[in-house]
Amino acid sequence: MLSRVADSCFWLSRYIERAESSSRILDVNMQLVLDFEALNYSDSNQQWLPILATLEDQELFLQLHDKISGDAVMEFITFEKTNPNSILASVTHARENARTVREQISSEMWERINRLYLYLQSPSARAAHRESPIGFHRTLVENLHSFQGITDATMTHGEGWQFLQAGKFLERADSTSRVLDFKYHVLLPQGEKVGGNIDVTQWMAVLRSCSAMEAYFKISNGRVSSWEVAEFLILHDSFPRSIRFCVDSLDSALHRISGTDRGHFENEAERLSGLLRSNLDFANIGSIFKTGLHQYLEETQIRLNGISNALAETYCRWL
Amino acid sequence: MQGLFDQYETEGFFDEMFEADGKVRPHYERLLGRFSDMDTATFERKRAMAESAYLNQGITFTVYRGDEGTERIMPFDLVPRIIPADEWRHLERGLEQRLRALNLFLHDVYHDQRIVKEGVIPLEIIRTAKHYRPELVGLDVPHGIYIHVCGTDLVRGADGQYFVLEDNGRCPSGVSYVLENRQAMKRVFPKLFSRYGVRPVDRYPQELLAALRYVAPGGNPDPTVVVLTPGIYNSAYFEHSFLARAMGIEIVTSQDLVVQNSRVFMKTTKGLKQVDVIYRRIDDDFLDPTVFRKDSVLGVPGIVNAYREGNVNLANALGTGVADDKVTYYYVPAMIRFYLGEEPILPNVDTYLSAVESDRKYILENLENLVVKAANESGGYGMMIGPHATKEEIEKFRAAIIADPRGYIAQPVVSLSRSPSRVDGKFEGRHIDLRPYILMGEKTTIIPGGLTRVAMRKGSLVVNSSQGGGTKDTWVLDEGEEQPC
Repeated sequence: MLSRVADSCFWLSRYIERAESSSRILDVNMQLVLDFEALNYSDSNQQWLPILATLEDQELFLQLHDKISGDAVMEFITFEKTNPNSILASVTHARENARTVREQISSEMWERINRLYLYLQSPSARAAHRESPIGFHRTLVENLHSFQGITDATMTHGEGWQFLQAGKFLERADSTSRVLDFKYHVLLPQGEKVGGNIDVTQWMAVLRSCSAMEAYFKISNGRVSSWEVAEFLILHDSFPRSIRFCVDSLDSALHRISGTDRGHFENEAERLSGLLRSNLDFANIGSIFKTGLHQYLEETQIRLNGISNALAETYCRWL
Repeated sequence: MQGLFDQYETEGFFDEMFEADGKVRPHYERLLGRFSDMDTATFERKRAMAESAYLNQGITFTVYRGDEGTERIMPFDLVPRIIPADEWRHLERGLEQRLRALNLFLHDVYHDQRIVKEGVIPLEIIRTAKHYRPELVGLDVPHGIYIHVCGTDLVRGADGQYFVLEDNGRCPSGVSYVLENRQAMKRVFPKLFSRYGVRPVDRYPQELLAALRYVAPGGNPDPTVVVLTPGIYNSAYFEHSFLARAMGIEIVTSQDLVVQNSRVFMKTTKGLKQVDVIYRRIDDDFLDPTVFRKDSVLGVPGIVNAYREGNVNLANALGTGVADDKVTYYYVPAMIRFYLGEEPILPNVDTYLSAVESDRKYILENLENLVVKAANESGGYGMMIGPHATKEEIEKFRAAIIADPRGYIAQPVVSLSRSPSRVDGKFEGRHIDLRPYILMGEKTTIIPGGLTRVAMRKGSLVVNSSQGGGTKDTWVLDEGEEQPC
């Protein structure tokens, strides 16, 4: 497979996942803000700050806006063309990459993503967003999921597909770490206790934004605590958005690309992913909290980035 | 006329569907019947359906205006153009003959130049052709094929006779629309096709691949063939990727290729892989910055050298532009007689060369009645239609012709045939042409029909997509289907 094509498949998939991730984070924040408003806390606009921190978009936002408001932040993350991480920008990038690999991906995949792009550009997307932002983002995520389903069902599971998998799981691991970290940025209102009502609400929102609530409650006996939610989202071995599951899938895709056996490595990307994977396999939540959850998640993001760079060096920028 | 066509007027032009007295031509009879069962609302719904299909599939081309390119769909008209079997047989024979002569001409131009020595074409004409490549003299290309893919533009005059308007022997585009238009018609009017005997077009990509494989260097039986595109911002990118997909081969940009030891390789995740045949959709000028335009970023340094060494083949060959120069066009009938000893089956449109003194005099005296074309432009650029031109335009062209007589030709205005086309909710006659695609490999293959282009603006004779032209599905009928049952 052409190096350029491999690179485009990888990024196409990352951008799709990134759009989904932003959409999920917005969704969870909207729900939190609604909860807050219901509880009569004032200045719900302040509740929109953490989301910018999570997405690392604060600076650009403040260049464009004097003050923070829910509408401005939602607009910024969803439609803002000059925000390179907005959902519209991510879908646009995904489509550009898909266009360069049109002959590798199936027509159904292309059509799905092209239609989503055309929709996001259209006035009806704006209207739907005005009518119900939560509904809009649900639909968006549904569309992105349908892209994943179409991909699995219509494309040969060969090298190109493995690059798509690698991109998807790498970005998803990163996304889950950011959603978890989001809770770190959300401060508890004064007088609220850890483990209190608000704290539990916030952790539930985190679970919901990873579509993890139902899966979590199946094993948690109804308790919601930072410890257990973090353990679930970082270390669960078979929940498809847990960091461990994603890194395992990433590692598997990398090994299928090169044909190397799992547990061995032939290039730097495989070495780094293998290392991260075994760390996750043998970690426990106690040690993670000892390091500090925020710091652990930040380190994980840096390590994921390292794998991404090594992959590019190995397959795409070797000449 | 009936139903949807009640108000239709041929207005004195040769109409593809109706005779001068308004009677439908036999090969359109059934189509008219089926359309007549439809009401306006149904027809418009079908039209919207076709349009959204093109948009969703991203079948778009890029129009550059200012510094931003916008993607547009090519207008698609739902009334097909129908060609009866005997008419098509005649066209096929003429096109095949013409391409055979053009290939012999190119071989001759880059070898002995017999045609010059025997006084058929002046040396000056060849030497001064913009796309003549003296660098290639003496080079032998596999099987002597220079033009592997030819798009020859045909028009019909006032009495319905077919003429060749020009030969596109460099990188003719548009064939993807032939295939997509057929898909769209089948999707929108599934019942229209039944028992009409329309010949299929969908084998084109396989025929193209066979032709490309046939010309691999050294007769390699299992060559690696790729499509070379300038990239996703090129207006024909959709077509490039469409063909690569349909042939099941890689589409590459110049960044994917590298030349080492006079061989061309593509960069893959598993290292370098040698490429044998390149179906290139980049003009000669941009192909190799070490040989042609130094500023080209689309090119592959060293590729021309690899080509000259015979380690890679290019389709179409380098230097074919000398054959589709509009001055060379004038000599094609003479070429057919010279190389083949045959009479041309398809005539040229009468052409005056401003390089010839007596012709130039005539041209300058009759500018307001003639079509003037720059010898080396395409896409409807560098062209003036005398009767439609302003005084300033005429004077501009007059000055240009005097300054550069070799650079222009002139032709009488051909009153192009018209076909009913849907405009603003009703049917009106619009001028059309036809571009068949001729493939030359082990054998010559022509897909039945080709691309029918429509000048969507009223009265306009310019069908190019860059000038607001649209397309139609083109039906060639099977033998024995000429009589409606």
